[in-house]
Amino acid sequence: MNLWKLQILAIIRIDLARTFFSKRGLWIYLLALSPALPMFGHWLFTDRRDQLGDDVQVFAGIFQFFYLRIAIFFGCVGIFMNLIRGEMLDKSLHYYLLGPVRREVLIAGKFISGMLAAITIFCGSVLVQWVGMFVHHPSDLLWAFMFNGPGMSHLLSYILAAALACIGYGSVFLWAGVRYRNPLIPAAGILVWESANGVLPAFLKKVSVIYWLKSVCPISIPAPKNAGGGLWNLLIFDIDPAPAAMAIVNVLLLAAFVMIWAGIRARKLEIGYGTD
Amino acid sequence: MSPDILLENVSKFYGEVLGVNKVHLTIPPGITSLVGPNGSGKTTLMNLIAGLLQPTRGRVLVCGLSPEDPERFFRVTGYATQYDGFPRGLTGWEFVHCYLRLFGFSPAETERLAWEAIERVGLKEAAERKIAGYSKGMRQRIKLAQAIAHRPTVLILDEPLNGLDPLARAETIALFRELGREGSHVLISSHILHEVDLISDQVIMMSQGYVVAEGQIRGVRDEIHEQPMQVLIRCDKPEHLASQLFHHEQVVEARVHADRAGLVVRTRSADSFYKLLNQIALNGVTIESVAPADDDAQSVYEYLIGTEESTK
Repeated sequence: MNLWKLQILAIIRIDLARTFFSKRGLWIYLLALSPALPMFGHWLFTDRRDQLGDDVQVFAGIFQFFYLRIAIFFGCVGIFMNLIRGEMLDKSLHYYLLGPVRREVLIAGKFISGMLAAITIFCGSVLVQWVGMFVHHPSDLLWAFMFNGPGMSHLLSYILAAALACIGYGSVFLWAGVRYRNPLIPAAGILVWESANGVLPAFLKKVSVIYWLKSVCPISIPAPKNAGGGLWNLLIFDIDPAPAAMAIVNVLLLAAFVMIWAGIRARKLEIGYGTD
Repeated sequence: MSPDILLENVSKFYGEVLGVNKVHLTIPPGITSLVGPNGSGKTTLMNLIAGLLQPTRGRVLVCGLSPEDPERFFRVTGYATQYDGFPRGLTGWEFVHCYLRLFGFSPAETERLAWEAIERVGLKEAAERKIAGYSKGMRQRIKLAQAIAHRPTVLILDEPLNGLDPLARAETIALFRELGREGSHVLISSHILHEVDLISDQVIMMSQGYVVAEGQIRGVRDEIHEQPMQVLIRCDKPEHLASQLFHHEQVVEARVHADRAGLVVRTRSADSFYKLLNQIALNGVTIESVAPADDDAQSVYEYLIGTEESTK
């Protein structure tokens, strides 16, 4: 195995252990699993066993309005901004920089480790939520939904959307973490931009991660008849989705672009935690 | 490939603030101490040599290698910084082992080198404990283990003796000497000047971002012509000797030592003074010993940098 692969694997092992097992990261698990709580509550405390269609809509709503926009967004803030900036705050980034590692390789290793952690946590949580939302339905109905109906396709689409969200938002927050000394300010700006997606002109909507994520979601959430515009417009996705393949390619291109940019930028990265 | 550390006209500015300015240095193998008051640029200079900072002007080469070639450069350098930060949740052994893996050694070799370094700094018993529970001295030693684990030939150590108890201090100094004898560069910054005398083959003195002196301490002292040399003479009749010395123009000052068993003389020319002393010794004064009294790091530091900027 060549040196770069060995180094990337070493970086991934160090960073994954840190992300998965640190007390600091506990809130990310809570955030990822937070939609599962009402879903399991729905399983335990409601008796609407024949309302599978409603559950499909509710799941889609929670996934698109909360999970993508809030849970994965902030989870990626926590994971990807810490890759570089968090280690600056801990005064431990220099241990990497003092190894015989090209900065580009370091960035690649860190991004991959962040991506693996985020995808594991957030795609895993989609599965848990799915179980919580649908498992209480009669087995024959559930079987038909999953294997003779759209169930499996929906589940895979949600997992794909969650994975793309981790990659897309991960790229954006890697950029912010490398570019800015205090990346929380750009993160707030990105949150506003992504939230305003529903009221932006069509061409600007495409300059966002959420637009491409919507394109791989299996269900569009229509605005309620009595919603009457206003704030509701901030939540709905009201334009034609792009083909899923294009959405996947564009998110991956974004990730590749940010990795290349961050690798070049990292060549000039200096350590100055304090002064003499 | 040059075996030296080479800094050519190196300057580093943080915006408008000067870090170091116009530094020309050639540092040969052996133990070199970097001394200077807080804010003098020691850490900046070390970070520049170690590749953690990039010079605003000039260039740095370590054994002919530039930090721009990290895959070769960081195999020959090891740096224990003054930063007391560690990755969270790791034991001492995990800390040394995980960063060693970046070097691409085989798993068995990585493990062997990690244990070797940990044993070398005397932390084998505590290696399986979390670093968060280590004392300051143990943290210093595990950083040192991490810096030497890949067997670098250039070792850069920022305040490595801080927080060490006397025994650990002595052991660590012995380790530096061992590394120096093996032909490594050991570049140490220190505030403790009497230890600089004990440890160093050469010193670099810094003040306000400039290198004010470099070389062997005695050589540096010889270059400070404006300060008369101090010589301590142990003899049986110090008052008598003093009275004889006052007649000679190269003697600036002669005072009886506090224990009244010797004389401290300040002279403009040590060589002339030693010749004079030979003549006087024949005139009935028994001289037990003659030794320079101010060619140590403390004195040289005070002459060059001043007591107002004295070290901690």
